Order: sequence, then structure tokens, then C-alpha cells
Amino acid sequence: MSDSKDLLRAPFELAYNYKRSSGPVMSKFFEALGHQKILGTKSSAGKVFSPAAEFDPETNEPLKEMIEVGPGGVVESFSWIEDPKHHHLIKEPFAFALIKLDGADTSMLHMVTQCNEADLRIGSRVKANWSEIQEQRITDIKFFTLEQ
Amino acid sequence: MKKVAIVGYAQHPILKNAGALNEVELIMPVVHQLFNDLGISQKDIDFTCSGSCDYLQGAAFAFVEGLSAIQTHPPIKESHVEMDAAWAMYESMLKIQMGDAETALIYGFGKSSPGDLDAIISLQMDPYYISPLWPDRVSLAALQARVLLDQNIITPEQMLATVIEARANSKNNKNALITDLIDESNYLNNAMVSSPLNQLDCPPISDGSSAMIIASEEKAYEFTDHPIWIEGIDHRIESSNLGSRNLATSKTLQASMNQLNFKNIKFDVAELHTQFSHELPFLKSLLNLQDIPVNLSGGPLVGNVMMCAGLDAIGKTYEALKENQFTHGLAHATSGPCLQHNMLVHLEAQK
Amino acid sequence: MSSEDTPKDYSESPINLEYFYTAGSATTRFLNQVKEGNIVGQACPKCKAVYVPPRGSCPRCGVATDIEVPLTDKGCIESFTVVHIPIPGNPIVPPYVCAMIRLDGSNISFLHLIQEVEIEEIRIGMRIQAVWKPKEEWTHSLENIKWFAPIDEPDVDVATLRFQES
Repeated sequence: MSDSKDLLRAPFELAYNYKRSSGPVMSKFFEALGHQKILGTKSSAGKVFSPAAEFDPETNEPLKEMIEVGPGGVVESFSWIEDPKHHHLIKEPFAFALIKLDGADTSMLHMVTQCNEADLRIGSRVKANWSEIQEQRITDIKFFTLEQ
Repeated sequence: MKKVAIVGYAQHPILKNAGALNEVELIMPVVHQLFNDLGISQKDIDFTCSGSCDYLQGAAFAFVEGLSAIQTHPPIKESHVEMDAAWAMYESMLKIQMGDAETALIYGFGKSSPGDLDAIISLQMDPYYISPLWPDRVSLAALQARVLLDQNIITPEQMLATVIEARANSKNNKNALITDLIDESNYLNNAMVSSPLNQLDCPPISDGSSAMIIASEEKAYEFTDHPIWIEGIDHRIESSNLGSRNLATSKTLQASMNQLNFKNIKFDVAELHTQFSHELPFLKSLLNLQDIPVNLSGGPLVGNVMMCAGLDAIGKTYEALKENQFTHGLAHATSGPCLQHNMLVHLEAQK
Repeated sequence: MSSEDTPKDYSESPINLEYFYTAGSATTRFLNQVKEGNIVGQACPKCKAVYVPPRGSCPRCGVATDIEVPLTDKGCIESFTVVHIPIPGNPIVPPYVCAMIRLDGSNISFLHLIQEVEIEEIRIGMRIQAVWKPKEEWTHSLENIKWFAPIDEPDVDVATLRFQES
């Protein structure tokens, strides 16, 4: 516990298993993920938000209409991680990316892997890969890979 | 708006690892330094407001423990923001505007060394769509850096220049953590953390604290002959829906610039809470600061105490106005991913 | 197990963070003494209030508590509660008593357990003393004290314990 008389240190772990109410809009989005479908919400002006937004941040309009988007999309930006850290979900080189899914007007933050950094650029086409187990979480999409 | 001035500011030397110092032991020296400089005590303070984040050191209610650093008897008027202490300063400003206080003590403290800052900052994000992916703070910043580079809003050369200049400027800041100079080859040979950001593009993990005192016009002159006036302050937030934001610009800053009537102010100096090297050229261009000294203190790249660095930008602007022949200073504080929240503070020295 | 057919109205967001916590210099001084079986409070140089366990400052005066004050492990119960709710991970079986312990010579109290007495007999002002674990189990923790147990001394009027400003 102590590495010197003058300094007491101890490792400790802080863990909580929070459950958060998803609300009517996000519940539908997550339920659809369980069926390997990605939904977005559509505003009266026709703007499509995916992942599903509960309201339009520009107009404050509540969003209820849901449409299917993806599973393909376009990389809007990405950050490439050659050496993942312990808390990262992918242990191989991968990118965090903002992905605008086909049919959506906003981007989803997710991960892209199974490629090299040089293969990836803004504008690259990617498609969703699904996790083996569907838990109705955002991680039901395992990651995205480059479209062949 | 009531006239309010900054009358004092103190900063703890920024440490890589504050080790044995707990929150009380970090805060107390800066508060005492301020009180001693001004010849006052906690009894002269009407309102005390602090900024900190308990998750940083993993000690629940550390902000309450932190209060033990100041004199809380007889009971004081007090508040806390789970944010950078720049927002504690904003709250204090409002308190004075409402007539509830004439003087306010603001302090912030951050101890990032005991935990994993990357993982902790993930928790600041949307808990449904983003946090479960555990994006680290550098990767989030890198998303914006790539957009800015791709659209030629900034250049890699500007990022390099920002890093070299920050270290050169650290000589102006006796509390800086990083003081060694680097050259272009050091920079280019540095390992990427999250491309396009390498280690030198990112701020160091830092422990420390800062404190500031602000006062209404009547009180300010009791404390000092040289108050620095808060001529304007504005704070705006963009959507927490990261994917719906345009990362190539900042609507919030544009709104604040209009609110503060930037067109008619000629700033002499600025300190910006730019934690990553791409953010400085981006904000300089957005805020039209190309021709004036910016981040003379070295800024967050030479010491970035979480929950303090925004207050420090205000404090360093205050010091620059006090110690030089500058009249108008601009300070900026930010919070959230990719410059989501922005606060601008216009300070003025009366000559 | 796949749960794709059962809609959920919540989402799980587990948090797991690892830290390497440092105690702070005042607490370190205190815990180094606790490891040796000593309870050493810290006094304010201005108002002389004695804090145990110390946090390193006197919130009354806003100054560091840099005077070490050795204390006994005897004191009285300033207040107490009977806990009936089992807390996950807590090995103690309810009902049990948590009390605010005011050590002799100290100006604040701290939480600890009361044992070796029927719950019905526990009362405010009751005199108690620490029951220590065997010396070979001592660490940098107040858990070196297993609990406090009543001693055969007359009760104290806790109103007389209030801090008197000098």
C-alpha cells in the first residue's frame, strides 16, 4: 500500500452498473439495432438524424417519425489509433469515425477497422458489421469496415 | 450591467503528479496567497464558488472536502460547478449582477494524475450513443483536427508552429509544467496518439489549482488600485449531438462575438483555452486575433489543469493587462468535445 | 443469450474506472500512526480545535492543522443509528449499530461500529473504547479498530462537548 513513509497510495476501482431509461425514441432505435436495422428520426423539413435524435437541435422540433438508414455510409472524419489503450473496445488498429449513413443528414460516431490508416479518408464508403450478440445497445454495431 | 473587476488571481505551480497533496492541500496555498496579496480574509468575501470534477480523482464529493481549505465558519454563501472554474467565475459574476454579493472568491482544482483521464472524459459524453464506445479525449479532438486540415482551414505547419511557440512562451509562466523547447524534427518524429494528433499536439496530464477574486466597482478599489474590468462575458453551448455539428466552424463563438460587439473592440492580447495544437490557429482565425500576441503564457499545451485551465486563461489575460501596456484583453474557456461550450471574456485595463 | 425480441426501455451503461489514489499528506501522517496503533489528531494553530481523522485543515479558520495531538482510544457516543438494511458486499449482518464516536480531547466525531453490547442498551453519551485487531493485522486503515465497545465509566452529557470558541 505504501511505497514510502511519506506517501500513502492505494489502487482502487470505481464501478457502477447504471441503467438509463431510453425514452420512446431511443428505445425504438435500440430495439431496431437488435434486429440489425439502423433507424433515424425525420424532421418536418425532411432532415434525418441518425443515431435517432429526440429533437432537432436547430428548431427544437420534437422528432417522432422514424425511417431506416444505412447500413452503408460515408466517413465524414476519423481519428486513427495505431495502439489501442486498455479501455478501447477494439484491440487492433482502428479509427473513431463520424459516419453519415445513407439516407441520414447527420453523422454517427462509431469505429472503423480491418483496414490501414492509408486506406481510410474523408469520403470513404463504409458499412456496418454486427456484433455476435445483440443487446440493444449502440455496440450492437460491432464496427464499420470499408465497402468493397 | 454592473461594473465588476478582477482584483486578484493566483495559480499553483502545475505539477505532473501532485502526489501526496490532497484537494485541501492543493487549494489552500493559492487562496492564502490571494488573501495575503490583497490583505483580506474570507470574511471579506460574500460568495465563494468552485469548479472541479470528482471523477478526475475518483473521490466522490471531493468538492465538499475541498471546501475545508477555506474558512467556512460562520457559514458562508457557497456554490460549485462540476465544470471548469471559468464557469464558477461566470456564476459569481451573475451573483454580483443580481445584487446578492459584492465580492466573490473563485477557485478550481484538478488532480488528473490518479486516474485515467481518457476514460474519464468519455463519461462526459452522451451516455446512450457515445460513452459506450469509450472515445478518448484525444480521438474526439482529432476528429475536428482532421476536418479543419481537410478543408484547409488550418495547416499542419500551423499546428507545428503552435507547439513550438507554446514551449517558447512557457518562459513567461513561472507555473508552467512543460518548459523544454522542441524543434521541427522532434515534432515530426513524435508518435501519433490518435492521428492526426501526436503526443506534442496534446496537453500534458496536470495537477494543480487556481483562485481568483472579483468585486463590484465599489469594493474593487478597496482591494486594489488597479482593478481589471470585466467589460463583457458570454457563454454558449452547441448540441451534445456531436454528429449534427459542423466541426469546421463555431456557431457559438460567432454568436458570442456579436453579443460582445467584437467589431468595435481592438484586442491587444488574448489567452485561449486551446488544449490541442489545431485549436489555436482555428480560434485565432475565427476570432480575428492573427495580429496580436495569443497565449503568451504558453497556454494549455504547457500545463493543463482540468477544471482550472479555463479560469487560468482568464487569469493569465488579467496578468497580461496588469503587467503590460495592454488595454483590451480577450480570454476564452471551453468545455465538452471539439470546443462544444465556449465562453468569451472581454477584460479592460483603465489607463 | 440473444435478447433481440424483447424490447428494452433502458440501456445499460456500465462504468469501470481505475485509480491510483494518494491520501494527502495530513491523512498520510494520521494513517502512518494508525498503523502503529496510535490515534493522533491534528489541531488548528488558531482556534485549537482538534480534528480526528484530520483532513489537513481547520474549516473554521481556513488554515492548515499542523499541530499533532496524540489521543486515547476512549471516548463517547455522540449519536448512533441501528442499521437494518443489508448493504451489498458488507460482511456485517444487520441489525448493527453505527455511531458517531467522539474521542476524548477531540472536537469532531467519526463513524465506527459499536459491538459487544445489546442494541437496546446503546445510548448517546455512553463511554466506549476501541477494540483493536491483533497487531499483526494492522495496516494503514481505521479498520485496525474492529469496533468500539462500552466501558464501565459514567455517561457523558454530550452538550458539554460542543466546541467552545476561545
